[in-house]
Amino acid sequence: MKAFTYERAKTPQEAAATAARIPNSRFVAGGTNLLDLMKLQIETPAHLIDVNDLALDRIEPLPNGGLRIGALIRNSDLAADQRVRRDYGVLSRALVAGASGQLRNQATTAGNLLQRTRCPYFYDTNQPCNKRKPGSGCSAIGGFTRLHAIVGHSEACIATHPSDMAVAMRVLDAQVETVSPTGATRIIPIADFHRLPGSTPHIDHNLQPGELITAVTLPPPVGGVHAYRKVRDRASYAFAIVSVAAIVQRDGTGRVALGGVAHKPWRVEAAEAAMPRGAQAAAAGILQGARTTDDNAFKVPLVERTLASIIAEAKG
Amino acid sequence: MPDFDPNRRQLLKASTVAVGGVAVASQLAPAAQAAPAAQPATNTTPTTMSIRLKVNGIEHQLMVDPRTTLLDALRERLHLTGSKKGCDQGQCGACTVLIDGRRTTSCLTLAVMQEGHEITTIEGLGTPTNLHPLQRAFIKHDGFQCGFCTPGQICSAVGMLEEIRAGAPSHVTADLNAQVVASPMEFRERMSGNICRCGAYSNIQEAIAEVAGVKP
Repeated sequence: MKAFTYERAKTPQEAAATAARIPNSRFVAGGTNLLDLMKLQIETPAHLIDVNDLALDRIEPLPNGGLRIGALIRNSDLAADQRVRRDYGVLSRALVAGASGQLRNQATTAGNLLQRTRCPYFYDTNQPCNKRKPGSGCSAIGGFTRLHAIVGHSEACIATHPSDMAVAMRVLDAQVETVSPTGATRIIPIADFHRLPGSTPHIDHNLQPGELITAVTLPPPVGGVHAYRKVRDRASYAFAIVSVAAIVQRDGTGRVALGGVAHKPWRVEAAEAAMPRGAQAAAAGILQGARTTDDNAFKVPLVERTLASIIAEAKG
Repeated sequence: MPDFDPNRRQLLKASTVAVGGVAVASQLAPAAQAAPAAQPATNTTPTTMSIRLKVNGIEHQLMVDPRTTLLDALRERLHLTGSKKGCDQGQCGACTVLIDGRRTTSCLTLAVMQEGHEITTIEGLGTPTNLHPLQRAFIKHDGFQCGFCTPGQICSAVGMLEEIRAGAPSHVTADLNAQVVASPMEFRERMSGNICRCGAYSNIQEAIAEVAGVKP
């Protein structure tokens, strides 16, 4: 680990202002991803701003019937919240499908959104990687690509976003609340939060320098059958090869978001009109324009079959 | 508790001098973490901070480099070597401790982040003459071979059983809105963050089931 200085922030705005003032600072909350990357010197912050003392640790009902989740709510606490289990089951399911019991106790709502790819070439500091070192090249392209993106990727990067929670947030139309170094607040729809790699894969999201996530809000419950199906190489504690978050209504309509296929949680709203016609029609629209390799072409039928299984189960 | 740090520092200093790194040795922090030889301009030089760490009911005052993980502080500074460093990246669970009663991988949190929290390690759960029920059950059911993962397994199991008691759902919980029921399936899923290289899993499961009052 590179040396750094450390402080505990007292208010969200103070944290954001400090991050803007001190070059190369990072916020730390759970630290489960950041510290790992710091040990590998993939992340080398000069200053850590511990945000754990901030009063962002409550889940509150909103006047519109939605829910406001404080940025510091731990993954295990969010998954166990009775309101989330009852009204946003896809979110509970996604959370308990991720990581291990220990990590879920530590990892936070905001940190989960900000976790970085687990692309093995990103982690291997001996190899070029445009996400780790802009302009150095992509070792994954032409390499072992079984776990890589099949939609939305670029010539610069084919990494996937690792989060399960973010896929559920995407299907729920969550919004991300932030505070900037000047104290200004804004709301970012989850659809606009993460970025496709394009020519700047080193930038994962659309937060400005110093901008701090304070909460994630959920709109009023939409009912339906909630499902999160994660396909992985072992039954527990592994990242998704493909995951499907879906909310299926009684009339067969519904929404779908995918994990493990793109640089961000993948959702194509226009394709959801095909849901009543079944998984094949819906999946074809959602994955339209997919560009696969010999290693990862299997993800296309895997998405379709996983969605088919969810729809069949939802019909009971 | 004696602090062996000065001796260790001397040892490090001597070995560093022996390979000619005199300048580096003079920068060594009391936490005994060797400073990297070259730092880019954007990084600060190593600093130390004074922290209070409450472990197994005892408060300790320590000077640490902020880089010190909780695991390294427990093992290298407080000499509580029950918590083990397996992978040092949160994947194996050997370093699991309880922080305010919640199981956590101590390798993925910094000691400076844990001021004001109550940390319980395997040493704080029981003693050789007064074992924790899970410690007793692991011995009875032979829930280990080499024993390296065992402290983490036991701390994790203590936290895991509390999570079930509190009604937290897991990946294998069939109904999110029903009462969570302890079962071997639940134990297997919930203990997936603890790896046992010897493969003592079936005996570990028996030990946990006995303490939970569940038929394995």
